[in-house]
Amino acid sequence: MGMTMAEKILARHSGQAVVRPGDIAVCEVDKIIQIDLVFSASAEMPKRISNPSKIAIILDHAIPAPTVGDADGQAIAREFARRFGIEKFYDVGRHGICHQVILENGLALPGQILTCTDSHTCASGAFNCVARGMGPLEMLQIMCTGKTWYQVAPTVKFELNGSKPGSVFGKDIFLHLAAVAGSVEGHNIEFAGSGIAGLPLDDRATLATMGAELSAEFVTFPADARAIEHLRSVTDERFEPAESDPDAEYAATYAVDLSSLRPYVAKPDFIPHNTLPVADLDEKIAIDQAFVGSCANGKLEDFRVAAQIMRGRTVAPGVRFIVTPASQKVLKEAVRRGYVETLLEAGAVVTNSTCGACYGGHMGVLGAEEVCITSSTRNFKGRMGSPSARIYMASSATVAASAVAGYISDPTPLLAESL
Amino acid sequence: MSDSHSLLVQGRVWNFPDDNINTDLMMPQSVFAKPLQVQLRSVFATYRPGWVDAVRPGDIIVAGRNFGTGSSRPGSFLLKQIGIAAIVAETINGLFYRNCINYALPAMECPGVRELASEGDVMRINFATGSVDNLTQNITRSAPPMPEFLQAIIRAGGIRERLKAEGYL
Repeated sequence: MGMTMAEKILARHSGQAVVRPGDIAVCEVDKIIQIDLVFSASAEMPKRISNPSKIAIILDHAIPAPTVGDADGQAIAREFARRFGIEKFYDVGRHGICHQVILENGLALPGQILTCTDSHTCASGAFNCVARGMGPLEMLQIMCTGKTWYQVAPTVKFELNGSKPGSVFGKDIFLHLAAVAGSVEGHNIEFAGSGIAGLPLDDRATLATMGAELSAEFVTFPADARAIEHLRSVTDERFEPAESDPDAEYAATYAVDLSSLRPYVAKPDFIPHNTLPVADLDEKIAIDQAFVGSCANGKLEDFRVAAQIMRGRTVAPGVRFIVTPASQKVLKEAVRRGYVETLLEAGAVVTNSTCGACYGGHMGVLGAEEVCITSSTRNFKGRMGSPSARIYMASSATVAASAVAGYISDPTPLLAESL
Repeated sequence: MSDSHSLLVQGRVWNFPDDNINTDLMMPQSVFAKPLQVQLRSVFATYRPGWVDAVRPGDIIVAGRNFGTGSSRPGSFLLKQIGIAAIVAETINGLFYRNCINYALPAMECPGVRELASEGDVMRINFATGSVDNLTQNITRSAPPMPEFLQAIIRAGGIRERLKAEGYL
């Protein structure tokens, strides 16, 4: 019996020839990513660490600091980087949401293990990296010892075939999978199929990031030519991709014909089995806020499609349309290509890059009873502000089309008109 | 009753039967920078108002599917601090499970456990063998035992105690 991608990577890193679901693998971690939120006056700091060259510090959640507490925490992060000689330090100005900064800079490489204290760390699986979120205490342990444990999980395969229609994006594919498969806690997700080759890296990253919302352990994509070409353009570091064996065993397989998909939306509070095609919503849902952003969907592709929809149109009266780039680099490129100007002309607000409104931190927090359509990561009750706010989730195209209409709308007609 | 790092727990049951009960309900973002006492007051405050006041040290949570889905925030630490001695659920989110182990709060998946106990029943859980006994109703279930490697983390009092013992902190 062969191994899946995740099993191979865990076996290599724990010095074993083979691992199987249920085994405990104690692994050397290749990349240790620390974010601003783990640094505060009350957080415990280590006396010694295992290897500063494996650590990167990326300020993202509360950037630039909205409170004195955040500012003090970020000063502690700077001092920590100085004291331990951590060269990969992404301070304000070089910043972005950690998962985007990781992907842009080739910090997550095929065949590697990466850990970070943010739950959407599975994002790096877009590049064939075994990556997951860890609690802040476990991240402290990994900084100290360089190692942690994994209990090898069985794997669910998502096989993508065909090519998607122009109004369907990575987020729609994910929301469709959430309707079909539901949550997969205790399992890895492995993407496969001929449909991957045609998927832009941004869409793959959306799919990998959103695996957290199905409670996946790891999400992995194969390292294909498109992924390797990007990585070679940003890093000289050596890597060894992991392919799944033809006789690897899967707990379940779900095949999706991408050409059959339509734009999807998730209803408030949770994702698994709580999504449906936008066109199948049985009522007109008026919105107060539309949000494009987060590690999942604050990418250049999201700016491109939002600008395409907003060009020559305006945000509906009574709606706030907030667009937050996933990194400073995304923002610079979106400015250069004119996307930002188009959005501003339409009445949108384009913010600095940060986790911001996605986690209810700042720059777009929701008030009581408000309704939001978001392309960010999570729709839990209270996630983006008031516990009585209602959060619907969709692609950035659907969010932009909804901002124009004032209620949740399928973007297909606007995309067709604005080609 | 049981000591705080025991793998044999006997206590009173609280039922949380809904699926997808998430970390934000255990620990809302608004208390991240607040003192511990404020954080403890926030546990399930909007989901189950008043529950925190009714919990007694040694109580057990019996939960539904995908318990603890969501973020890396240490909701399990707050649950342990308010006195929860064990969690048994139909299924548990992997990140939340790791946080439970690392903060020495024993947790286990046991299919069918949701139907096993009424609230207030007394349950005994042996994490080393996987046996789950409802002593009030005299019903027994068995689940996969906790791996020995993870039992050792809990017996040590969690990974912070280990890091201290090894001179890292």
